[in-house]
Amino acid sequence: MLRYTIRRLIQLVVVVLVLSLLVFSWLRALPGGPASALLGERGTEESRAALSKQLGLDQPIFVQYFKFLGRALTGDFGNSTGVQPGDAVVDIFLQRFPATIELSAFAMLIAIALGIPLGYLAARKRGGLFDNLSVGGSLIGVAVPVFFLAYLLKYVFASQLGWLPSAGRQSAGLDATRVTGFFVLDGFLTQEWDAALNALTHLVLPACALATIPFAVIFRITRAAVLDVLNEDYVRTAESKGLLGSVIRRRHILRNAMLPVVTTIGLQIGALLAGAVLTEKVFAFPGVGEALAIGFERRDYPVLQMFILVAAMIYVLVNLLVDLSYALIDPRIRAR
Amino acid sequence: MVHSRSAQRRWVAAIGLTSAAALVLTSCVQSERSQDSGTGGAAGGTFTFGAAGAPKLFDPMFATDGETFRVARQMFDGLTTFKPGTAEPAPSLAKEWSSTPDGLTWTFKLETGVKFHDGSDFNAEAVCFNFDRWYNLKGDAQSDAVSQYYVDNFGGFSDKPETSLYKSCAAEGADTAVVTLTKTTSKFPDILGLPSFSMQSPKALKEFNADDVKAQGDSFVFPAYANEHPTGTGPFKFGKYDKANNVVELVRNDDYWGEKTKLDKLVFRIIPDETARKQALQSGDIDGFDFPNAADWDSLKSGGFNVEVRPAFNVFYVGINQKRNPKLQDLKVRQALLHAINREQLVKSQLPEGAEVATQFIPKTVGGYADDVQKYEYSVDKAKSLLAEAGASDLTLKFYWPSEVSRPYMPSPKDLYGAIAADLQAAGIKVEAVTKPWNGGYLTDVDQGAQADLFLLGWTGDTGSADNWVGTFFGNPANRFNTGASAWGADLSAQLKTADAEPDRTKRYDLYKEINRKIMAEYVPALPISHSPPALVVKNTVKGITPSPLTDEKFVDVTVN
Repeated sequence: MLRYTIRRLIQLVVVVLVLSLLVFSWLRALPGGPASALLGERGTEESRAALSKQLGLDQPIFVQYFKFLGRALTGDFGNSTGVQPGDAVVDIFLQRFPATIELSAFAMLIAIALGIPLGYLAARKRGGLFDNLSVGGSLIGVAVPVFFLAYLLKYVFASQLGWLPSAGRQSAGLDATRVTGFFVLDGFLTQEWDAALNALTHLVLPACALATIPFAVIFRITRAAVLDVLNEDYVRTAESKGLLGSVIRRRHILRNAMLPVVTTIGLQIGALLAGAVLTEKVFAFPGVGEALAIGFERRDYPVLQMFILVAAMIYVLVNLLVDLSYALIDPRIRAR
Repeated sequence: MVHSRSAQRRWVAAIGLTSAAALVLTSCVQSERSQDSGTGGAAGGTFTFGAAGAPKLFDPMFATDGETFRVARQMFDGLTTFKPGTAEPAPSLAKEWSSTPDGLTWTFKLETGVKFHDGSDFNAEAVCFNFDRWYNLKGDAQSDAVSQYYVDNFGGFSDKPETSLYKSCAAEGADTAVVTLTKTTSKFPDILGLPSFSMQSPKALKEFNADDVKAQGDSFVFPAYANEHPTGTGPFKFGKYDKANNVVELVRNDDYWGEKTKLDKLVFRIIPDETARKQALQSGDIDGFDFPNAADWDSLKSGGFNVEVRPAFNVFYVGINQKRNPKLQDLKVRQALLHAINREQLVKSQLPEGAEVATQFIPKTVGGYADDVQKYEYSVDKAKSLLAEAGASDLTLKFYWPSEVSRPYMPSPKDLYGAIAADLQAAGIKVEAVTKPWNGGYLTDVDQGAQADLFLLGWTGDTGSADNWVGTFFGNPANRFNTGASAWGADLSAQLKTADAEPDRTKRYDLYKEINRKIMAEYVPALPISHSPPALVVKNTVKGITPSPLTDEKFVDVTVN
């Protein structure tokens, strides 16, 4: 298990280095650039050239890359030019990351809490009305773009009904104490129930929008996995042995069906991060995804560089964790 | 399968429980929201404004962007300001001012008993401290990207060879400041009403190291003063910038020297997406926002919101770059382009109500506007015959338009481009479209290396002085129109300098009128298209906003009920 882990970690470092080079050179190859982003329409040819020189943007790209890498190794990824101009992008990331985690976790919770039981139920009732309805529903869930659903939810529940807030993480003017950066958790820790509830209400709509795809995927995988397992001999044996239904479900059906579901959940975390870009933008939810979206619009190169790199690292890391937990659940994988 | 039934019941129960919890949550939300929509309350209250972007910092000296200026306008006062709803200078911290006939020495009589937010006194010494601060900025703080407004308006720093407009400042007693300039300019004292030249507390500037700006990586890093301790004399004081929640809070300055604001708090909620801002207004999360899309004005009005339309104080033009295509150096060709574009139709079909065709590069309200400039009526025949005379009947032009952006003078670049390009094609001109994102190559391409023949761009005025318009566009012959490529480029530049330096207002206006006539008859360096009124929108319970042509709305008089 240790050797397997070490091998995977080395792979991870290589992947990250290659990614950093790709991201950096891709961004530099895009037209425009930080000088343009900093000066805007009031800039002139002269002022842009002078600024490029001042910031070292006129140097060869590999010189710029190694400078970037050198600074990055000391934890300095530069300062934002468009999202929160002047702020260190590391700080921006640290401020915004809890927001994205909070949102994704909430969305994942919804997806798992609904996806697994409904998938199980659909499999047990295979071919029935409930099964057909929920399979059809999950198809729609996968097919409808997240941002469309986000706009729809917001239009109905925020703009028209006014039940839920449409923007931000907490009402402006609410003096909440910040401890961890996870607003809901902070509310509980400081026993500021108003603040916790307020933050929770801000999470409902974006989390529902974000949860649709992982919900649909988890539902379908669970359903398929349970169906597979139901056909296995050992379930039939267990049933014929007269084992208790709850034991069969827990030990035989669910445990064995969970393997692909765990993999799926892991992979969906990556998809969640991708979905967060659009969802956060629609709900002006100040997370990492929103920063990425604004960063693209305003060509905030330092933000894009670091955020894309970190997002890629998280993706790779999550995949590693999935593989490791897979190896834990199924010893055959370790041996390979 | 006897066992499974009870199991199913349990699953169903779990789902039911989840849904019930969700319902409870939603109903809590409703009661919660009725309490915290801060706009309630008879007196005081909170005014929440939706901002399209994060303010860059809170020291307007180092800012170039509207989002920073909007926040700064509420916290700081300048020596002068602008009469609400106009671009005319008006008294602020200076009660009155006068200048010597040559326009070089300016005496400002100051309000007395005014205190900065940190309790220190505002007086003539503080005024001189601020002027000296700007003039003595060092190193990276001198970059165009940092102190652009100073560089554009004053030029030159104490350690640089270029002459600055600023010469010296003397405090004659506590309430009289005398500022001496190195040359006469029509810009002064109007520019002192710009947010960048607000009066800031010398004590706080020193204490928090305000001038310590550094280039780092691809950007600049600003000192603590600019991030956390902005200190002015304005009706609102800095509260906090909650970055985790994207909210800037200002609080009432109870010691304000003027009429105090009735609001307790002024909040800027940052919502970069335009649709999201509109929905946040509709759902009551914000009380107003800037630059609603003109296409939404009617639906916002019928939804019970007030669309406050600002006087049009901008110009939208089709830029011409004479360098890339030699045929564009022929006046007849440039005139033909102007005849070919149906500007009346464009204004009617593409721009908001109240937009007007531009006959020149300044709007009517700017001194120096000439009524009798050469007009270019829409005529395909005239355009064709002028092109034939110039031997340019087979003209092909590379025409740039920006994607992913809308500007106050250019609500939808794509539609405007479509209309203009169709008109040009109808006159037999071939058009090659090039589109790039605003910051993703558009601005750099338009400015550098003569990449475009034609391009869409515009300008919103900072002040009512003509120099801020035509001077900005054509003052330097190496401008984005490459006027230096023609012999008249240098003449135009010289005429603009002479006009700007004329201290007598009437004479100066006459000089600018003459320049505007020449620009439209003899030069045509670009094609003026239109002036459009931008707007801001607020709930109909919000009172006390006077829409300003300079987007210089001060929220001191706002009430939310």
